[in-house]
Amino acid sequence: MGGLMQVVFDALSLGSLYALGALGIALIFGVMRLVNFAHGDVIAFCVFALLWPSVDAVAIIFAGNLPWYLLIPFALAVGAGLSVLSEVVVFRRFRRANPATMMIASFALGFVIRYFLLMLFSSRPKSISLLPELSQPVEILGARLPLLQLITILVTITVLIGLTAFLRRTRFGLEMRAAAENFTMARMLGVRANRVIMGAFALSGALAAAIALILGSQTGTANIMMGASVMLMAFIATVIGGMGSLAGAVIAGFALGAIATVMQVILPPDARAFRDAFVYGAVILVLIFRPQGLLSARGTKERV
Amino acid sequence: MSLLSLSNISVRYGRLTAVRGVTFTLAEGEMLFITGPNGAGKSSLLRAIAGVTPPAGGRVDFADHDITGQAPEDIARLGLSMVPEGRDVFGSLTIEENLMVGTGMHAGSRGWRARAASELEAVYATFPILKDRRHAQAGLLSGGQQQMLVIGRALMTTPRLVAIDEPSLGLAPNITDQVYERLIALRAERKLTLLIVEQSSTRAMMAGGRMMLMRGGEIVLDGDARALGQSEAMQAAYFGYGDH
Repeated sequence: MGGLMQVVFDALSLGSLYALGALGIALIFGVMRLVNFAHGDVIAFCVFALLWPSVDAVAIIFAGNLPWYLLIPFALAVGAGLSVLSEVVVFRRFRRANPATMMIASFALGFVIRYFLLMLFSSRPKSISLLPELSQPVEILGARLPLLQLITILVTITVLIGLTAFLRRTRFGLEMRAAAENFTMARMLGVRANRVIMGAFALSGALAAAIALILGSQTGTANIMMGASVMLMAFIATVIGGMGSLAGAVIAGFALGAIATVMQVILPPDARAFRDAFVYGAVILVLIFRPQGLLSARGTKERV
Repeated sequence: MSLLSLSNISVRYGRLTAVRGVTFTLAEGEMLFITGPNGAGKSSLLRAIAGVTPPAGGRVDFADHDITGQAPEDIARLGLSMVPEGRDVFGSLTIEENLMVGTGMHAGSRGWRARAASELEAVYATFPILKDRRHAQAGLLSGGQQQMLVIGRALMTTPRLVAIDEPSLGLAPNITDQVYERLIALRAERKLTLLIVEQSSTRAMMAGGRMMLMRGGEIVLDGDARALGQSEAMQAAYFGYGDH
């Protein structure tokens, strides 16, 4: 029982990361058909924003020493700020460009952020201790897991509920849903394009910061490439979920986390090193049978 | 006093010119039909007025503002509401949510919530079927109901001018009759100015008002709908007899 619950919690916490990442990508894709490949670098940037610039192996913590009730808002603000800045400085200029051009711009932006971090911090991973009180183990339903894992799951559930309430109950959420479905029509009803897009970027950046906090505490290291693996899985989750479908992104994120965790358990030890190959194999299978994704995005269906 | 005035508007898509030098004015409370064959540039003209496709040349004035090249949301906020062709409902939103999207432009002004609520009741009074299904997803509505929804949604913005592209497209004739009945009633009730694009002149002749005929991106005839509709000039111009 304890062993099974352990797998369930592992799957949920890994899936949480992927789901949060996928949401961040799907939110922006929804309103401007941009696949933002700089998302992973925004995650890394948020971790490094907690440190003083230095090339030493041991990080000099700056904002990372703040108590959690200041640290979390600080990180969220950094993520949202950088993300909004990237829209104002870069993506706004590509609004009328085709999606491929925008995607390449996002790659370029990702490189700029990554090399900016490289310049200030070097490429050497740094050990950091972020929110150390979260690494103590707790016992729940017979499974022993770090408190952080439990918090990751709870945070994700809270974010999902909060985001759903925001989208369903607020004026801004209504405008975002309308814009995600038909941007031009929403504008013809007076919905301000810039406001909606900036809101989507701010939310997406705050989600990136949440991932940064979780990853930073979980791994105890800051690495300029740390966002990349989450970004890749998150992107795959948005594709499987159906591009632009927020619910699909979340479901697929959790599904990927579950598949990866289960593979880790059931694969013979020699094959575990190739776990990701099996995960991607499963992804290919899904796309063969449902090329439009699990929940095909609304509004992108063909018109009759 | 003219509410909308176009001077020398042209619209281009790349090297293709869809609208060439269109000039006209529309007075407050007027009902204008723009008819013409497929590809005449009617929809392009509407899109240029609404700011969706900025005109390549010329000038558009609406309610004493130069709106040439303005963003669609800014034009909508001045009171020009566009109902595009193809009934663009937000399919995953409920009917009521669809209707409420356009009230955001008044958000923050005094008493806007109360006004939005009363507008909503007015739209429901005009189209009772929408009230019955207010919490249904808009994508599940029939074509006629969707047409009523997009017209109702445009009215929710409390516009001075509503521009509608092909309200009869894909609708059964009796449903089209209903839609027109409502439009004409609304015009009388609210002194609404209407700009309606239709491919055929039949509807314009039935409804009365003013009619313009577009061909090849230009306005070739302009006059009273009933008089024009019966004239031979109309037939000739519509099908392009005699000018090639």
